[in-house]
Amino acid sequence: MEDLLIPKNTSDALALNRPIVEDTEFTTLNLGPTHPATHGIFQNILKMDGEKIVSGEQTIGYIHRAFEKIAERRPFYQITTLTDRMNYCSSPINNMGWHMTVEKLLGVTVPKRAQYIRVIMMELARIADHIICNSILGVDTGAYSGFLYVFQEREKIYEIYEEMCGARLTTNMGRIGGMERDLSPTAIAKIKDLVYNSLPKVLAEFEKLFNRNRIFVDRIVNVGPITGERALEYGFTGPNLRAAGVDYDVRVMEPYSSYEDFEFDIPVGHNGDTYDRFMVRNQEMWESMKIIRQALENLPEGPYYANENHYYLPPKHDVYKNMEALIYHFKIVMGEIDAPAGEVYHAVEGGNGELGFYLVSDGGRAPYRLHFRRPSFIYYQAYPEMCKGVSISDAIVIMSSLNVIAGELDA
Amino acid sequence: MTNQQIAEDLVTKYGENVHSFEEPWGLLTLTTNRQNIISLLEYLKKHETFRFNFLTDLTGIHLPENTGSEFGVIYHLHSLENNVRIRIKVFLSQDDLHIPTATTLWPTANWMERETYDFFGILFDGHPKLIRILNIEEMDYFPMRKEYPLEDATREDKIDALFGR
Repeated sequence: MEDLLIPKNTSDALALNRPIVEDTEFTTLNLGPTHPATHGIFQNILKMDGEKIVSGEQTIGYIHRAFEKIAERRPFYQITTLTDRMNYCSSPINNMGWHMTVEKLLGVTVPKRAQYIRVIMMELARIADHIICNSILGVDTGAYSGFLYVFQEREKIYEIYEEMCGARLTTNMGRIGGMERDLSPTAIAKIKDLVYNSLPKVLAEFEKLFNRNRIFVDRIVNVGPITGERALEYGFTGPNLRAAGVDYDVRVMEPYSSYEDFEFDIPVGHNGDTYDRFMVRNQEMWESMKIIRQALENLPEGPYYANENHYYLPPKHDVYKNMEALIYHFKIVMGEIDAPAGEVYHAVEGGNGELGFYLVSDGGRAPYRLHFRRPSFIYYQAYPEMCKGVSISDAIVIMSSLNVIAGELDA
Repeated sequence: MTNQQIAEDLVTKYGENVHSFEEPWGLLTLTTNRQNIISLLEYLKKHETFRFNFLTDLTGIHLPENTGSEFGVIYHLHSLENNVRIRIKVFLSQDDLHIPTATTLWPTANWMERETYDFFGILFDGHPKLIRILNIEEMDYFPMRKEYPLEDATREDKIDALFGR
């Protein structure tokens, strides 16, 4: 990694750290709430000295939808649709994370095949998430073509989602106890085409365009660096923390859904700047492809859902012919099945970091209290510190590389 | 490092100020009081072997039936080196919702505490800027409290005699 970086003293970014002179006149600039460069509805009130940012303050909550409150009245299976709308760039990860939390509470063991299918879908979601972040970072620095290349691949991932659940963005994928449907031959063919043929080529091309591109590298090296210690104090997780040199990944630390079966590396940066974040995300896409290939090759035979009549909807043709199936169908759809009382914390590695679900159940049909640990919300706090003394254009790049998703920020 | 060791160490250090030890799904859960919470967090953070250096989550809960301790503040800490999590709870009476801030230990507690204040009205003493974060400034109630039902209680079309809603 070191040899790839431009020596620190030659970088333009260093010149930005000039001291701010006293008795200068500051201007206030509103970046947002609706600004094309912020990729979401949140406001930054920046105090500017010329073009340099002296201090900043964020205002968030513009798309707050009270998910935690709504969840307190909804049966467990209906909360999946709320999780969809948090990090909408990688909804399947949120969905699976929620299902796994409930399964943990219920004590349901999901069959291996369902776990592998979940891993495949979660890794596809991670690729889609990182594609958006990295290609938009390119757009923000003025490189539009890379975005167009990789977005075709994202479209292919969305087609796989459609094949798996019928939806594209707010997927509502999977069920408590397994998957809603098995991988169809079309889905398998599409995933294989993606991870063996098209995506590696396009990603290699994308990296060729960006990784050593002089203009791009000049814009992002040493921009918005954060040390590992500071990142930990600010509660960073996911690619942003790993770019700062801390190798914390929930998939490895607390494997869920059979992640322990797969061989993959955790890319780690060491400067914690925008370039490292970009590179870590790029590398993670390669690792995700590696996981998907392994999962496809070793996909176990067997059922794709757990034999849990109380929580998993019976097949529709049984509902018409079988009394018991009809009863279960009715009870599940009406949300009349109580969950045991308990207190669960479950975390998954989301697109942006540790996505945690803290669920308190009092033995009723809906959660007593549900709290989402949303990685974007937690690390976005560090933004004013990261963009102190930099210019507006760098601040945009820093925000873009942090991948702050408004839906996840506001819940 | 097992949960047993952590629990024993904390009992030796804090005595009766830590109680209600539980282990739901292997996650050590304990309760303390607001006089000791910051010292306990600091102790866990700076402990030589435990090193709970990461504040994963901080949130609140409202239990209106728990007379005298209606509100809870829940801390999730993570020791990244040992890969162990711990959950610490502090219960407060609804007449006195003050608790010292954890921002002195972790800057990340800033927004988490603001969110908890915003939704439950718990006052974090010493917080640098305790104002609402997700809801509008003008709001004069704390929406996650249980006395605010999600749906209009006067509606009659939703009452279902069979299923008790």
